[in-house]
Amino acid sequence: MADAAVVVRDLWKKYGDVEAVRGLSFDIPVGECFGLLGPNGAGKTTTIEILEGLNPPTSGDVTVLGRRWGRDDRDIRERLGVCLQQTVLSPKLEVHETLELFRSFYREGRAPADVMTEVGLTEKAQARVATLSGGQQQRLAVACALVGDPELLFLDEPTTGLDPQSRRGVWEVVNRFKERRRTVLLTTHYMDEAERLCDRLAIVDHGRVIAQGTPRELITSLGGDHVVEISVAESDKPRPAAADLQTIPSVRSVHVQAGHFVLTVAEPHVAIPGALERLRAGGWELAGLTTRHASLEDVFVSLTGRQLRDE
Amino acid sequence: MSSLTDGRHLTRGDALRTLCVSRFRQFYRESEVIFWSFLFPIGLSIALGAAFRNRPVVTVPVAVTTSATSAAAALQGTPGMEVAVVSEDEAARRLRVGRVDIVVTADAKGAVTYRFDDSRPEAAMARLRVDAALQKAAGRTDPLSTQDQPVREAGSRYIDFLIPGILGMNLMSGGLWGMGFHLVDLRIKKLLKRLVATPMHRADFMIAQMVIRVVFAFIEVTFLLGFGWLAFGVPVRGSILAVLALAVLGALAFGAIGLLVASRATTIEKVSGLMNVVMMPMFICSGTFFSADRFPAFSKPFIQLLPLTALNDAFRAVILEGATLASQAGELGVLAAWGVVSFVVGLRLFRWS
Repeated sequence: MADAAVVVRDLWKKYGDVEAVRGLSFDIPVGECFGLLGPNGAGKTTTIEILEGLNPPTSGDVTVLGRRWGRDDRDIRERLGVCLQQTVLSPKLEVHETLELFRSFYREGRAPADVMTEVGLTEKAQARVATLSGGQQQRLAVACALVGDPELLFLDEPTTGLDPQSRRGVWEVVNRFKERRRTVLLTTHYMDEAERLCDRLAIVDHGRVIAQGTPRELITSLGGDHVVEISVAESDKPRPAAADLQTIPSVRSVHVQAGHFVLTVAEPHVAIPGALERLRAGGWELAGLTTRHASLEDVFVSLTGRQLRDE
Repeated sequence: MSSLTDGRHLTRGDALRTLCVSRFRQFYRESEVIFWSFLFPIGLSIALGAAFRNRPVVTVPVAVTTSATSAAAALQGTPGMEVAVVSEDEAARRLRVGRVDIVVTADAKGAVTYRFDDSRPEAAMARLRVDAALQKAAGRTDPLSTQDQPVREAGSRYIDFLIPGILGMNLMSGGLWGMGFHLVDLRIKKLLKRLVATPMHRADFMIAQMVIRVVFAFIEVTFLLGFGWLAFGVPVRGSILAVLALAVLGALAFGAIGLLVASRATTIEKVSGLMNVVMMPMFICSGTFFSADRFPAFSKPFIQLLPLTALNDAFRAVILEGATLASQAGELGVLAAWGVVSFVVGLRLFRWS
C-alpha cells in the first residue's frame, strides 16, 4: 500500500471495562480528505489520538505515512500536522511568536509569515492570543499544525463551537491544503462539514464503522436522493403503519421521527401522489408535507435510528 | 506534492532557544509574577525591618509610689529615666498593662522593693538601671572606672538576618509556583499534549523551564541584595559568585520540587493544595523570619533536612559571615539531593496529557 497515508486495521481501545473503539478499520490514500463522522462519544477522538501517537491502542495495527508508532515517532511527527479538539494556546504570546515557537520544533517547515497570510491572521501578527476571537484562535491552531509543512493533517472537530463565518474560514484553509495534494483526516459531527470537505468518510457509532464511502455513495445507499416528510393530523384512528407506507411506489425506506414519517424516495414526482392517494384511501388527513435532498444525517438516522446530534 | 518550505533547516538548539524565549516572555508579561517576585519581598523586608528594627534603650519607664519620695527624687535626677510618681494602685495598673517596666516602692524605714516581670528582658534591664541609680544616689562609689563605646555593626541586625531568608523563601515560592502552576495550567489547556504531538524533544521543554528558573534566580538575587544593601546597608561578606552559585542550586532544587508537585495534578485547586502542603512547613520552620534554633531540639534534625533550611543557612553563612561554599558542603548536599530525587521522580510520574 505505497499510496496509503494511513492504514488502520482492527483497532481496539479499552479503558477498563469501557470499549471506546471496537475493531475500526479504514485506509486513507495520499491526497484524500477523509472524515470520521459520528455523534459525541462514538470514539472519533480516541481514534484520531491513537493515529497521532498520543494514545496507545489496546490492539490493532496502525500505519501512518508508511511508518509505525513506537519505532519511527520523531520521523512521523516531522511530517504530521495536528489540531487537537479545543486546545487553548498560551494567551500571553503574540500570534507570530506562537507560530515561531511551533516552527522551531520542525527541521523543515514554512515561514510563519506565509502561514499567517494563508489563514488570514497577518493583521493580527503582533496581537496577543488572548485578544483573538474564537474563530481566529481556531485558525491559529490550524496554522500551528501547518507551520511544519506536514504531509498529513489531523483535525479533531476543527469547527465545533464556531460561528458560521468562522467555520467557512477554517474550511477554506483545509481546502487550500487539499489543493496541494496533501492528506487530511478530520473528525466532525457536522454533516455539512463532512459533505463539503471530505472525499470519503466513515460513519462511526459506538466505536465501530457502520458505513464507509464517498458522501454521494452513502446518500445513494439510502436508495434515493430525496426525502419526503409527512405528518398526519391527530384523530381517533390509529396512525398508518410504517410498513404500509413502504409499499408506495418509489419509496425506499420509512422512518418515524418525532411523529413525522420520513420517506426516502427515488422519484418524488412518483412517490408524493402515491402517498397522498394512500392517505386518502385510509381516511387520514394530511397535516404537513415537505421534501428535501437526502443528507448524511438521513444516512446516520437510517443506520442507527438516532440523530447525529441527539446527545 | 508542492512544498512551501521556507528553506531554513532548524536544529535542536533553535527549538531550545525558542522555548526559553517563549517561557521568558510569558513570565514577564504576567504582572502577578513581577509582584510576587520583586515587589512582595521588598514590601515584606521593609515592613518586617521596620517592625523589628534594633532600637537603643533610651529611657526606662518607671512608676514610683508616693511612699518612696526619696527614690523618686534620686531617679528624676538620673538621665534615661521616665519617672511617674503615682499611687500604689495606679502603679500596679501601669505595670499590668505594660506602660512601665518596673514599680519602685518603699516601706516606712526606707527599704526599697522592685516589682517587675523577671521573664521580660526589658524589665530585668530596668531593674539593673534603677538599682544602679538608687545605689549611686545612696552613696555607692564604683571601685572600677569604666567607659561606654557604642558599636552598631551592620550584619548583626534583624534586617541582616531577614534579607537572606527572604531570598531563600522567594526562590522556593518562585520555583514551586513557576513550575507547578505553569505546568498544570498547560496540562489543563491541553498544550502539553499539543506540544508532544510535534517533534519537540520532551527533555528540551523541561530544560527550558529550568533555564528560566535560573535566569529568574539571578535577577531576584541581584535585585534583593541590591535593595538590602542600598536601603539597609546589608553587607555581602562572602564572594558574590558563591551567592549566585547557591541561588542557582536553590532555583534548580525548588524547580525540581515544583515539577514533582505538578507531575500528576489535573486541576489548579489540586496543585495549589499540594504546593501549600509542601511550602507551609518550610515557611514556618526553615528560619526565614526567625531562627530555626527556636524549635525544640528533637525536631532539629528534621528541620535541618528541609531544603529551605539548607538554603537559608547557607545564604546567611556566605552573605553575613563570608563563609566559603566548601564550608557549606552539608547544606549543598541536602539541596542537591532534594533536587535530583524530585527531578527524577517528577519526570517519571509526569503526565503530558
